Amino acid sequence: MANTKIKDQEWDLIIKPESAWWDLRLREVWRYRDLVMLFVRRDFVSLYKQTILGPLWLIIQPLMTSLTFTVIFGNIANLPTDGLPDFLFYLSGTVVWNYFADCLKKTSETFISNANIFGKVYFPRLVMPVSTLISNMITFTIQFALFLAFLAYFKVSGADVHVTIWALALPLLIVLMAGLGLGLGIIISSLTTKYRDLRYLVTFGVSLWMYATPVIYPVSSIPEKWQWIARINPVTPIIEAFRFAFLGAGSANWGMLAYSGGFTALVFVVGLMIFNRVEKTFIDTV
Amino acid sequence: MGKTVISVEHLSKRYDLGVIGTGTISRDLSRWWARMRGNPDPYLKIGQVDYGNRNGDSIWALKDINFKVKQGETLGIIGANGAGKSTLLKILSRVTGPTSGLVKIKGRVGSLLEVGTGFHAELTGRENIYLNGAILGMRRVEVDRKFDEIVDFSGVEKFIDTPVKRYSSGMYVRLAFAVAAHLNTEILIIDEVLAVGDAAFQKKCLGKMGDVANEGRTVLFVSHNMSAIEDFCQRVILLRQGQISSQGNSSEVIENYLNVTNRNLHERHWDHPDDAPGNQNVRLMYVGIENLTGESQLNLRVDKPLRLRFRILSKIESNKFHFNFQLYTANHVCVFNTASIPQTFPRGVVEATCDIPANLLNDNIYSVSLMIHCKGVEGLHLPDALIFEMEDAGRSDWGWYGKWIGVMRPKLNWNVAFMNEE
Repeated sequence: MANTKIKDQEWDLIIKPESAWWDLRLREVWRYRDLVMLFVRRDFVSLYKQTILGPLWLIIQPLMTSLTFTVIFGNIANLPTDGLPDFLFYLSGTVVWNYFADCLKKTSETFISNANIFGKVYFPRLVMPVSTLISNMITFTIQFALFLAFLAYFKVSGADVHVTIWALALPLLIVLMAGLGLGLGIIISSLTTKYRDLRYLVTFGVSLWMYATPVIYPVSSIPEKWQWIARINPVTPIIEAFRFAFLGAGSANWGMLAYSGGFTALVFVVGLMIFNRVEKTFIDTV
Repeated sequence: MGKTVISVEHLSKRYDLGVIGTGTISRDLSRWWARMRGNPDPYLKIGQVDYGNRNGDSIWALKDINFKVKQGETLGIIGANGAGKSTLLKILSRVTGPTSGLVKIKGRVGSLLEVGTGFHAELTGRENIYLNGAILGMRRVEVDRKFDEIVDFSGVEKFIDTPVKRYSSGMYVRLAFAVAAHLNTEILIIDEVLAVGDAAFQKKCLGKMGDVANEGRTVLFVSHNMSAIEDFCQRVILLRQGQISSQGNSSEVIENYLNVTNRNLHERHWDHPDDAPGNQNVRLMYVGIENLTGESQLNLRVDKPLRLRFRILSKIESNKFHFNFQLYTANHVCVFNTASIPQTFPRGVVEATCDIPANLLNDNIYSVSLMIHCKGVEGLHLPDALIFEMEDAGRSDWGWYGKWIGVMRPKLNWNVAFMNEE
């Protein structure tokens, strides 16, 4: 036994039917970092080729969404916004939610939309979802800058908003959203190799989830007996903390964020395990 | 000879046929639960006959493959369609995993199962070189170093900053091959990528492949182009129905392969009953294929009927049996299964004929898998009892001579009538 062990070490690669679920070969993903960056570049460059406005769409989209929300939910439905300017309130929710939702939606298509590449060449499959996260990160950065610009504008115009010390927690909030989106996304992408139905579920599931998350209303406006729904939703504390950090209204507390963190960690680990199992032979079933 | 850099040990791969899984999550869960408790699969169909490498709902694309490749060796892999070549390459290049067995590899592996994988139509030639190179496993600095060489080889310098969707298909393929050809790994796995571009570029590709082989790198090469295989490979493995049928010196194995696949089996005699296929009840004496009209020269055209003749020796009294055969295409697709009515015969010679009508089969290579069932059990089974190729004919009405697709080409009753004026 000891003898074969020594012999095995001479090999650079051993292909076998089963591998340990914890063997994620992250070092391999690191070796393919150039590919990650090229995919990011490809996504960014190809998205707006042959469009007149190009990357401006990244700004137009959250602006239009927030304007729509302002008109419908703010002016017509008259939903409360924790005393914040309607537009800023919706813009903050939209920008944060979009990052999470895009991570989830795009990574959930990892296997199906890349089947033709995966069927012809090997590279660590995790490269795809990781590059998706980074592409979305660029989008988020641009939209976040847009948000800051409006924040400054409203501040100067004398609106009652103030940035709190929680703003320093922004990287943590981003990591949580990315982790949760990636974890759920790769679980779904692993299952869609067999059950295509999930694709349709994701499309409207994500929009429904948005309404179950305080994107267009503050947690404080939820009646007491429905508060628990907001509480079990792991995205709630992230959005609330973001609002508290940059607008100074809402609620941010470490306990709720810790819950989000725990939930994210669990989903992330389970996701990686399933992904690791499926990536080897999914090409036979997809 | 160098040391072993690829070692394949008891490698097998099973594919499930038909529907993937059972189709619903609940059934999949109960199947999984049964498996966890060690019970048989509740959804496996029972009583299915085992045809060659096919077993119930699954097919063994590879079965217990063992071989080793030494450093610097160029190994060719040949075999008919469906023999498992592509599956083997996919496992070696880690596109899919094996069902059982091991592969051990020393050194970096580059695999070219297709040229231009991951090319994005909106990106320029330059961007695609970097992207495709990275997909194939090259680092950015490596591509930087070889960039000029790649562009030079492809011959598309002028259009290097144009999106590849504006390329002609020839330019596209040349650029794609150029990237692949500069992949610099110790082990290279190549699947038929040579058949690209025009004749001049193909020659260039072949030259490049020859260089690669001479550089002392280890190459695994799959192709249907026997002359390319013979030129490049010192050693060849012949796969047949997922197993290694023979391996060794390339010219010997290639000859062996061509004999098996290209020789039509139109007629076979067994002179000594003891050597013939069969058992104590029945022995095969003769199988043959002939024209119905009795031409001296066998003429198998899709528009002519043909007759299969089987002669057997029935070795026991009041032997009740029937003849049965399946017709397969060269890709091992079953065209049909047919059987005679069971009848009882005394000891002696029995002859059966079966006529296949004109205008039923397509122009294709077909093989006959013969079975004789005595008293309800299989008395004889001879796969590839006959192999024949149908010639194309009767196309003048259409004036079109492309490949007529389909496993069959039946002449069906068409009725086209003019109904009334507009």
